[in-house]
Amino acid sequence: MLTAEEIEEIKAEYPRYEQRQAVSVEALKVVQRHRGWVSDEALADVACLLEMDVAELDAVATFYNLIYRKPVGRHVILVCNSVSCWVMGGETIRECLEARLGIRLGETTPDGRFTLLPVVCLGACHQAPAMMIDDDLHHHLDPAKIDAILETYQ
Amino acid sequence: METPLTEHIHPDKPPLDIDAYRKVGGYAALDQALRMAPEDIIRQVEEAHLRGRGGAGFPTGRKWSFIPKGPDAVHPKYIVVNADEMEPATFKDRVLLEGNPHQLIEGIVIAACAVQADIGYVFLRQAYRRAERRLRRALAEAYHEGWLGRDIQGSGFSFDLHLHVSAGRYICGEETALISALEGRRPVPRAKPPFPPVAGLWGKPTVVNNVETLCNVPHILRKGPEWFRGLSRCGDGGTKIYGASGRVQRPGAWELPMGTPMREIFEDRAGGMAEGYRFRGVIPGGGSTDFLVEAHLDTPMDFDSIQKAGSRMGTGCILVLDDRTCPVGMVLNLMRFFAQESCGWCTPCREGLPWIVRLLEAIECGQGIAADLEQLRRHAELLAPGHTFCALAPGAVEPLSSALHYFEADFERHIRQHRCPWS
Repeated sequence: MLTAEEIEEIKAEYPRYEQRQAVSVEALKVVQRHRGWVSDEALADVACLLEMDVAELDAVATFYNLIYRKPVGRHVILVCNSVSCWVMGGETIRECLEARLGIRLGETTPDGRFTLLPVVCLGACHQAPAMMIDDDLHHHLDPAKIDAILETYQ
Repeated sequence: METPLTEHIHPDKPPLDIDAYRKVGGYAALDQALRMAPEDIIRQVEEAHLRGRGGAGFPTGRKWSFIPKGPDAVHPKYIVVNADEMEPATFKDRVLLEGNPHQLIEGIVIAACAVQADIGYVFLRQAYRRAERRLRRALAEAYHEGWLGRDIQGSGFSFDLHLHVSAGRYICGEETALISALEGRRPVPRAKPPFPPVAGLWGKPTVVNNVETLCNVPHILRKGPEWFRGLSRCGDGGTKIYGASGRVQRPGAWELPMGTPMREIFEDRAGGMAEGYRFRGVIPGGGSTDFLVEAHLDTPMDFDSIQKAGSRMGTGCILVLDDRTCPVGMVLNLMRFFAQESCGWCTPCREGLPWIVRLLEAIECGQGIAADLEQLRRHAELLAPGHTFCALAPGAVEPLSSALHYFEADFERHIRQHRCPWS
């Protein structure tokens, strides 16, 4: 069941579009903001609200890499794996994150604190290598900085 | 040298609020546009020789002229702003979105006047959180001060502008996929024709323009097409936000005259190669453009000149390949990106790009054979324009086929030595 708050936030988007289906991405993000991810049950509830076929909404949800269809940790790390960061040593940053967290890309730490995901070019190529944690961009990364950055996300 | 787009952008300061923007002449061009005939606005933009800054370089005024107008035209008509900047090695629209959101809003509303649009959407990638915050504030200010909404400044013209924050995926930057995304469908590209100006968002006439393109528009109206053409060093009008990344001294973005030679961007602005690195090549305009080499450095960075040199100016953000980076590895990184970002709709792209990745992986880890190079060339031909549903795969193979041309010896060394010489 969607909460009254979720429904209200989703419905607030309706007037901005000619058709209700157009709200689908925003609706999935509303659910994700409240729950961290989008479960099958929540997806079906959103589909019902938007008068969409469940399969059609899932085809939208699974297309976007930033709609999470599995549970994620309290903080999501998006480490850039595109070409400018790659040239500037992005692989070392990814390896360093994997070693510090004891997880691989696509995994969540056992304490549920971090999920580590790859992401395409963050548009911070002049400050490479770069990553995002939640809403924050971190750039000019080097392995020596990683611990201090992670420490600020509990 | 004039830098109209970035004159009021200071990287360490928040952007101008609406009062400050008005004080430096902001919204004066829109005020003028509200009292102009739509065809006069379009004519000025055409005479300014403004070409689209998203990568393809289509003349902006001509695009606007395709929108059906007059009393019989279908409404609502839409303006969609492509702020889904995700081309690898590209970070120019971020500068404008974060740096001066009111400049963009003013350009959008002028475009709306020109095509008599009713509703607009800024389609923004989710990762640009700071841009999102700043745009939201600017939109609220513009509504509050009557530059958006009903009866703008008492002109009788009404226009609503919404922010749509997406959720990833490179293909959403393809204009018809972007339209599908806005409609809440799975964002795969659509067949063209019909083109968006005729049948776009919800089948209505729709202009899709890039952020940088629209930011130029207020300046054209304020100072005139002749002034705008004079900013440039080539036949296309205006300035361009160029960028440089890779192992250069000073990576960054700079507003320079359109047609500035690549060497000036690379040497004078980016300071040449970083200590201990030598130049080998450059991708001039994002991940989907052909490599160029030292012999091309004096080429002016404009659409036609770079095309004559065998590549595309694309987004104008150059990425330098240095001598300590494996060209095969770099191409493999790019091909993995495109294979992953393929929407999967058409077979050549969905199957061909992962095949290319497997061939390159084999070469990079020393298991390639001589016939692989021919196979890669064959794939590049099979994914050329005309064989796929949209431009993703043809763009993807541009760096591949040019790398096979310029760095063939490096590919061969991998195969001969059964290892990556850089590892």
